[in-house]
Amino acid sequence: MNATTKSIPSRSHSRGNGSTALPAGTPAPDFALKSTPDQTVKLSEFRGRPVVLAFYPADWSPVCGDQMALYNEMRSEFQEFGAELLGISVDGAWCHAAFCRDRKLHFPVLADFEPKGEVARLYGVYRQSDGTSERALFVIDAEGIIHWSYVSPVGVNPGAGGILAALEELQRETEGQ
Amino acid sequence: MKREMSGTIPESALPMPDRDHIQGPPDAPIMLLEYGDYECPYCGETYPVVKAIQERLGDRLCFAFRNFPLVHSHPHAQHAAEAAEAAGAQGRFWEMHDMLYENQNALEDEDLAEYALSLDLDAERLLVEVRAGAHTGRVRQDFRSGARLDVNGTPSFFINGVRYNGSHGVEDLLAALAGQPVR
Repeated sequence: MNATTKSIPSRSHSRGNGSTALPAGTPAPDFALKSTPDQTVKLSEFRGRPVVLAFYPADWSPVCGDQMALYNEMRSEFQEFGAELLGISVDGAWCHAAFCRDRKLHFPVLADFEPKGEVARLYGVYRQSDGTSERALFVIDAEGIIHWSYVSPVGVNPGAGGILAALEELQRETEGQ
Repeated sequence: MKREMSGTIPESALPMPDRDHIQGPPDAPIMLLEYGDYECPYCGETYPVVKAIQERLGDRLCFAFRNFPLVHSHPHAQHAAEAAEAAGAQGRFWEMHDMLYENQNALEDEDLAEYALSLDLDAERLLVEVRAGAHTGRVRQDFRSGARLDVNGTPSFFINGVRYNGSHGVEDLLAALAGQPVR
């Protein structure tokens, strides 16, 4: 691996990499998706606290380090900001159920499955050529506005520094009011 | 929920001699920081690589280790990290650090106590501290600092404060440490 191929998330309100991802300041499109075969999660249910929305290409896909497993370890960090963590990919709810059980994930992982990738398209992070989403991060504020977004190269686990910086910024803004 | 003050979390990716466990001169020209997990097989594979690099660079290198236990994947990683910190409280952090990486497949509490005994440490004190969570906060601080520095798995290295994303081979790491482009 070349040392220069991996980028670190920008700490600004950027949309990153010249991508089509919805930028900061945009209202986060609402959606309702299955988190398990018999449970549905609606984004607007979380109004009043920040949401970390983490799109990833596919369950079981290999990447340098497992991004969802990493975020699972960081749930308590996100919870300190009162933030809700939601994973999302185009896999179906049964696939997610097996994936979450195998990786011992303790946060909702949403199935953007039917129509396939509809929510990824709404957020501007669908990869038509692959039929999956980008590896894209959105931090949504308590009012449902996108505060920070970032698209990582598909093969690179972006870590959580950008998310934590965005959540800290939101907290400072809230405290400053 | 009100967050606790973040002042105790190291924000720098440079080794902090007053806080971190370091080997080598604190004013060495080359600073290498590792975020590691004692139960992670990749860290185990990289452990002899770091040893070889330390051997080669001698006093030109200052090496520091911070904990980044992935406890959902590695159920023994947290207690192992705390055992190394507990050994550190008895002045023998690096001996326990090495012992753990050399025995990655045996990290039950009883094993930790056995390693403490073999290092002539007060094993009972070590086990009591581990079980009471005396060093949980310290390990957590390390983890939180890593999360903010985009550590995305283990091992993760920082050279003179800058993330290193190359291979974990001795020659590639040495080239990066010497400031040469990695092949």
